[in-house]
Amino acid sequence: MTTKGEKRIVSEEDKIFAKNFNIMDHPDIPTGLPPHLQLQRTRVLCKNDAPIHTASVSYSGAYNAVGVDNSVKLENFSENFKVDVIEISKDGMELTFDMIGIDAAIANAFRRILLAELPTMAFEKVFIANNTSIVQDEVLAQRMGLVPIAADPKLFEYLSENDQPNEKNTIVFKLHAKCAKVLTEQLIWLPNGSDLVKESGDSNSKPKTYTSFSRSQKESFPEFADNPITPSYPDILIAKLGPGHEIELEAHAVKGIGKTHAKWSPVATAWYRMLPEVILLGEVEDEDAERLVKACPENVFDIEDMGNGRKRATVARPRECTLCRQCVRQNYGEEVNKGVEEKEWIENVSLRRVKNHFIFKIESTGSLPPDVLFTEAVKILEDKCERVIANLS
Amino acid sequence: MEHGSFTNDSFASFTLAEEDHTLANAVRFMLNQELVNAVFDLDLVSVYVVTNHYYLQLYSPRVTFAGYSIPHPSLECVNVRVQTTGDPAREVLKDACQELMLMNRHVRSVFDKAVSEFKVEQARLAAEEEKKKKAEEEELKKQRDLLASMDIESD
Repeated sequence: MTTKGEKRIVSEEDKIFAKNFNIMDHPDIPTGLPPHLQLQRTRVLCKNDAPIHTASVSYSGAYNAVGVDNSVKLENFSENFKVDVIEISKDGMELTFDMIGIDAAIANAFRRILLAELPTMAFEKVFIANNTSIVQDEVLAQRMGLVPIAADPKLFEYLSENDQPNEKNTIVFKLHAKCAKVLTEQLIWLPNGSDLVKESGDSNSKPKTYTSFSRSQKESFPEFADNPITPSYPDILIAKLGPGHEIELEAHAVKGIGKTHAKWSPVATAWYRMLPEVILLGEVEDEDAERLVKACPENVFDIEDMGNGRKRATVARPRECTLCRQCVRQNYGEEVNKGVEEKEWIENVSLRRVKNHFIFKIESTGSLPPDVLFTEAVKILEDKCERVIANLS
Repeated sequence: MEHGSFTNDSFASFTLAEEDHTLANAVRFMLNQELVNAVFDLDLVSVYVVTNHYYLQLYSPRVTFAGYSIPHPSLECVNVRVQTTGDPAREVLKDACQELMLMNRHVRSVFDKAVSEFKVEQARLAAEEEKKKKAEEEELKKQRDLLASMDIESD
């Protein structure tokens, strides 16, 4: 560096040298983040008393001083982002997948959208013609509301306050039951709209009902012509009836989102957890190994036979870890008998979570398969961004 | 809606109506990633400037502050605050949204690919299982037939 007043002459050679000079090429300069900072950046450490380094380092310039770029840009994101599908359940309604290389801020946005902002169809109005059961009208209506309906919400429109319920925004079911158990399979779809007649003055005109369908839904939605709309599951219990009890009602389903009421949420739940990482800090052998294996309630550890009757603990199933921290508690949480000389406790397991690896699970209620739900959720986030951009332009 | 200054557009607050943590937190994250493309005139960098300043110029953030708040739980809006190193805050926020949108597009394509690959693989495994089962059944049937024929012979 120059001191004040001193003038340095910069020659052409110097300039060329400066052009080609990259401090990171210098052998004395360590490249990349030092390991302890890298650990803080990428892992949550689950210590005996509490987890530490839980927040992600979101500021892109955080490691400027060591010459490391901490930013997430589209190029490096595209390179690192990965999805691994782990399992799709037999009925196709539960999906587990790993999402690797994404920040919690965005993963959480997907989860929140899945829970609250994806539309589905759910019963909004229940017209009770007769209810002599012990289930009160309002309780019955609330139970009806929570019944998931297997109809693609994309086909329908929202019913706004001034709209008449028509074939594009309402699905009508009727229920007439006298038997002991009232199940959702007894709900019968009415493609022509409501059967219930509103009081009408003159008898000459067509009687008015609670909906104004211009034509049958079987005509307007060819996909429903041969397979009628039903609730997602036929065996959901709505009510139990005693002898002489009777329920007769009509239920109108409309489109809505989970933010308004949880009945419109398309998922039973959608959640993620960070990938657990279990690391043995040293060799855990013989008696210690057996204690460690016994301490873990999820059977994360296994014993490996090393020959000569010696055993060693290995980490066999780190994904099963629930981070109960039993393995990092003093003496694995066992009580040490007083009188017996206490050995000094050495922690030999490190529990961590990988900050950018999410095990995501979506449990659909049955209106749409979970993979479709996820793509729709991502699309909704895209739309939100687009809306902000449009508003700012 | 933008609340900013007439004279200096490098800082502003934006009110996003009908949004919540879902978008605001993601946008805040993306705003923190905003960097100036490291373009600088090397003629100006003299040989003896090889201190930390050099790196600072390499990855220089565009945003000095980005945060959001929800003014009241019963209000359906968020306030996003953006302060930049000189670029108009509005443009920086737009860029962040654009980047987030492109990222989402990428997530979607990767996810769709992974799911369809998984389904194909599952179908293949199921078919194999079916084949195996059939082969086993046939084997059993053969043996049974053989046994039956032996019975007849013994009669």
